[in-house]
Amino acid sequence: MSSAPADHRAGDLVLEVRDLSVAYLMDRGAVAAVDRVSFDLGRGEFLGIVGESGCGKSTLLFAIAQLLAPPATVTGGSVKFKGTSLVGLTERQLMAVRWRDLSVVMQSAMNALNPVTSIGKQFADAMQAHGVTSKKEIAARSAEVLRMVSIDPVHLKSYPHQLSGGMRQRSMIAMALLFTPDLVIMDEPTSALDVVAQRALMTQIKELQRELGFAVVFVTHDMSLVSHFSERLLVMYAGQMAEWGATRQVFDNPRHPYSIGLLDAFPSITGEKVPLTGIPGQPPDLSRAQPGCWFAPRCPQVMDRCASTPPELYPVDRTLVRCLRYDGTPPDPAVTAGAAQDSAGATRGTEQR
Amino acid sequence: MSMPISGITTGQPDAGPAPALDPVGPGVPAATAAVPGGAASALRRMTTAIRRNRKATIGAVLLLLFVLVAIFPWVIANDNPNADAFKPRLGVSTAHLLGTTAYGQDMWAQLVWGTRNVIIIAFTAGLATTLIAVLVGVAAAYLGGAWDGALGVLTDVLLVIPLFPLLIVIAAYANGGGTLVLILVITVTSWSYTARQLRSQALSLRRRDFLEAARVRGERPLYIIVVEVIPTMTSLIVACFLTNALYAVLFASSLQFIGLGDPNTVSWGTMLYWAQNNAALQTGQPLWAIAPGACIAALGAAFALLNYAFDEIGNPALRPLRRNRVKRAR
Amino acid sequence: MRYAVRRLGFFVFTLWVALTINFMLPRLMPGNPALAMLSKYHGQVGPGTLKALEILYGINTSKPLPEQYVTYLHQMLTGNFGTSLEFYPSTVSSVIGSAVWWTVGLVGIATIVAFVVGTWLGIIAGWRRGGRLDSALPPVFVVTSAIPYFWMAMVLVLIFGITLHWLPYIGGYDVAGDTPAFSPTFLSDVLRHAILPAAALLITTVGTWILTMRNTMITTLAEDYVRMARAKGLPGRRIMLDYAARNAILPNLTGFAMSMGFVVSGAILIEYVFNYPGVGYMLLQAVQSEDFPLMQALFLLITVAVLVAILIADVATALLDPRTRTAA
Repeated sequence: MSSAPADHRAGDLVLEVRDLSVAYLMDRGAVAAVDRVSFDLGRGEFLGIVGESGCGKSTLLFAIAQLLAPPATVTGGSVKFKGTSLVGLTERQLMAVRWRDLSVVMQSAMNALNPVTSIGKQFADAMQAHGVTSKKEIAARSAEVLRMVSIDPVHLKSYPHQLSGGMRQRSMIAMALLFTPDLVIMDEPTSALDVVAQRALMTQIKELQRELGFAVVFVTHDMSLVSHFSERLLVMYAGQMAEWGATRQVFDNPRHPYSIGLLDAFPSITGEKVPLTGIPGQPPDLSRAQPGCWFAPRCPQVMDRCASTPPELYPVDRTLVRCLRYDGTPPDPAVTAGAAQDSAGATRGTEQR
Repeated sequence: MSMPISGITTGQPDAGPAPALDPVGPGVPAATAAVPGGAASALRRMTTAIRRNRKATIGAVLLLLFVLVAIFPWVIANDNPNADAFKPRLGVSTAHLLGTTAYGQDMWAQLVWGTRNVIIIAFTAGLATTLIAVLVGVAAAYLGGAWDGALGVLTDVLLVIPLFPLLIVIAAYANGGGTLVLILVITVTSWSYTARQLRSQALSLRRRDFLEAARVRGERPLYIIVVEVIPTMTSLIVACFLTNALYAVLFASSLQFIGLGDPNTVSWGTMLYWAQNNAALQTGQPLWAIAPGACIAALGAAFALLNYAFDEIGNPALRPLRRNRVKRAR
Repeated sequence: MRYAVRRLGFFVFTLWVALTINFMLPRLMPGNPALAMLSKYHGQVGPGTLKALEILYGINTSKPLPEQYVTYLHQMLTGNFGTSLEFYPSTVSSVIGSAVWWTVGLVGIATIVAFVVGTWLGIIAGWRRGGRLDSALPPVFVVTSAIPYFWMAMVLVLIFGITLHWLPYIGGYDVAGDTPAFSPTFLSDVLRHAILPAAALLITTVGTWILTMRNTMITTLAEDYVRMARAKGLPGRRIMLDYAARNAILPNLTGFAMSMGFVVSGAILIEYVFNYPGVGYMLLQAVQSEDFPLMQALFLLITVAVLVAILIADVATALLDPRTRTAA
C-alpha cells in the first residue's frame, strides 16, 4: 500500500507509517481499532487526521508514539521515525527518542498534567530524564517555552488546577516544545476549549511551527478547523483510511461519501446558507465484522456491491479514496441512474437528504 | 473484626480530590454504577456477571451453601446441639465429626445448627442496616440543604466513633442480650459507611437526564425517588447489603465471643465464648475454637469475594489480564 | 485554613457526642445498670466512692438532669474519671496509664508497619500489572482480610504457641518470672510476647492495604498524566512514584483514617485472646466486672485516639495534595 502520491524526497521524511494496525484484545476476541493506515510526513509538515469519535484516531496516535497500553496492541505494520523503526524498540531505547525528538500534546490538560506537582516540576522532570541537570538551565528553558506561548513564567510554581483551561492547554504545548522536537503529536488539543480560544490556540501552534520547524500530526473531529492549518489531510472511518491527500484537494473536492458528509456538517460561515445535514446512523460496532465497506450502512451513495466487497484505497487525481466508486470498474448500468441522482444530491447544494 | 476492601475507583478526573470529610465521595465502587432500567434488569445483569466472574461464583456458591445449611440443618446433623448427652471432650470420630465439647455436646451439631443464628443475624441486620442507609443516603441527597447537612454530620459522627467499643459499651449496659438485641444494636449504629456511598450515587443521579425528564413530566419527588432513582441504584444497594451483612456477622460474633450475647444461644460466636472460657486451645480441644472461627471466616470470605467481584465487574481495569499471543496480521 | 477549622470543629463535636452518649446510655437502659453495679460493689469499696458514683450516674439524687450533665462534662474534661471499682482503690486514670503504653506499642507499631508494608507492596503489585504475583494476590488477600482478627490470633496461638512452643502467648511479659525494668532480659521478653499478637494484627490488616493500594494504582495508571509521563520518557521508577503512587495514595490515606475504628476493634479482640495487658483487654475486663467508670473512660480514650489518627491522616493528605490546600 503506497502512501499519497509522492511529493517527498526520501530522507526528508519525519514519519513513515506503513500498514499500521492496532487491535484491542477483549474477552470476546480481538477488535481491530486501526486497520492498515499508511502515510508519510515530511519535515515541518502539518497533517490533520479527522474522524468521528471511536474511529480510531486517538488509538492511531498512541500507536505511533508507542504509548499503547494493554489491552491495545500493535498487530501489524511499521512506524519509522526519521528512518528508525519505532515498533520493536525496547522501552529503554524509546526513552532516548521520547520528548527530545517526538513529543505529545493530549486532549485535556486537566487530565494530562499531574495534579499534585507544579507545572515547573513537570517541566523539570522531562528535562532531567534527558540528562539536563543544571537547575539554572532547567529554569531558563522552562521560562523560555512558557514565554513562547504567552504565559508568564511565574506560573511555573502553580499547580494545574490553579490555571485556566486555556493556560493549561498552552502550558502543555510549551512542555511539548522543551527540546524543540522534530515531531509533535496532538490529540484534539482544542476540543476542550471554546471556539475563540480554539482559533487562538491553532494560530499560535502554526506560528510556533513556522518558527521552530517541527512537524505536526493533529487529530480532531473538527474538519473545518484543521483544514485551515494543515497541508495534508487524512479522513478516518472505522479504523481505516477513508480519504487521504493534500488538504486543498480533500477539502475542496472530497470524494469519499463520508468526507463529503463531514464537510456538509460544518457549513462554511462565509458561504451561502445551506440546510444543515448530518450523517445519519451510528458509528459502526467494530467488534462485528463487516464483509463489505464499513460505511455502506450509512452511505448516501451506496451501491449494491458495497455490502459485500471491501474497498481498497484507489488513487483519484492526487488523493487516495477507499470507495468502490473509484475502483476503476464502470458503474453498473442499473445503478447509473440512481448514482447520478445521488451525486447530484450529494454536492453541497440545495437538496436535503 | 476485619476490614473492608472497597474498590476505591477514582471518580471523574475533573472532580478533584475526595475531601477527607467525604471519603467515599467519588470513590463509590464503579461496579455499582447506576444504569437506568429497572431493578429487574439490574438483577439480571448482576446474575450474569456473577456467573462469569470466578470470584463471584465462588462467593455466591459458598453463601448459598451456608444459607441452605441454615434452613435445613437436620440434613447433615441430627443430634440436638444443646443436649449434653455425650461424654465430654471426645475427639474426632465418625459418631462425632468434630468431637464433643467439655459439656458433652456434639460439636458438629452445634456448628451446623449455629449456622441458622448467624445467617439470621446476617440477613436481618444486613437488610435493616441497608434500609436505614438507603433512607438516610437518598434522603440526604434529595432533600439537600439543611437536611443534607444535618444528616451528613450525623453520618460522619457515627462513621468516626469506633463502632466496636461503642457496641461493647451499649451491650454492657444492657447486660448482654439475645439475638434480637444484637441485631437491634448493630443496625442502629453501623449504617453510616454505606449511607455515604448511597448518598454519593444518589447525588450524581440527580443530574442525570432521565430524572430531569421525570421531573419535567411533573412527577412528585417521592415518586421519582421510589420509582426511578432507587431501582437504578440496585447494584449499589446489593453491594451495600453485602457489606452490611458481613459486618453484622463479624460484630455479632465478636460480641458473643466476649460474652455479650446470650451464651445459651447456639451460634458460632457463643461456641467461641465457651471454648475460650474452657481454655479449649490449651486443653487439647482446639477444634472447639478453630471450627466456628473457620466458619465465620468462610462466610465472611463469601461476602467479601462477592463484594470484591462487584468491583471488578464494574471496573474492567481491575480484572486479571489475559495472557494473549497475537497473530501478526499479514 | 477554613478547612482545618471545620475539621477541628467536627472533631470537637464528635467528642461531645461521644461524651453525651456515655452520659445518656446508662440512664436510658431499662433496669438501671448503675444500680446493679452499685449493689455488686457494696461493701467492697469505700462509701465515699459509692457516693461519687451515685452522683455520676444520677441515682438517689435530687439534682435535675441538666445539672448532672454539666457536672459530668466538667469531670470528664478535667480528667477526673473517678476511682476504679475493679482495681479499687486506684484511680481510673492511673489504671489506664499503665495499660496505654502496651497498646500504643503493640497496636500502634503493628498498624503502622502493616500500612507501610501493605502500601509499598500494593504499589509494586499495581505497577507490575499482570505478573504472576498480581494475578495470585487479590483472591488470597480478599480472603485473608475477611478473616476475623481473633480467629487469626487463635490459629497463631495454636500453631506457634501450643503446638510448636516457639513463642509465648499469654500476657505482655512473663509475669511470674520477670519484673518490669529497663533491662535487656525484660525488653527481650516483652518483644517475644509481642510477636504473636503483632503478627495476628499484621496478617489480617496488611491484605487490605495491599489490595486497596493496588486497585487505586491500577486506576491511576490508566490516567492520562501517567501516559504523558511515559511519553516524556521518564524512567519507570519516577513514573511509579511521583506520578502514580503520589496520586494513588491519597484515597488510601483517607481509608486508613476511616479504618482506625476497625483496627481498634481488632486490637481489642487480639488483646483478649492473648491476655495482652493493653487498653482493649482492660475494657473487656471492665465490662465483665461491671466497672463502669473504667469502661466509660476507656471508651472515651479510644474515641479520642481514633479522632487523633484521623486528624493526622487529614494533615498528611493536605500536605500531599495541593488541591485541598486551596479548596475553600
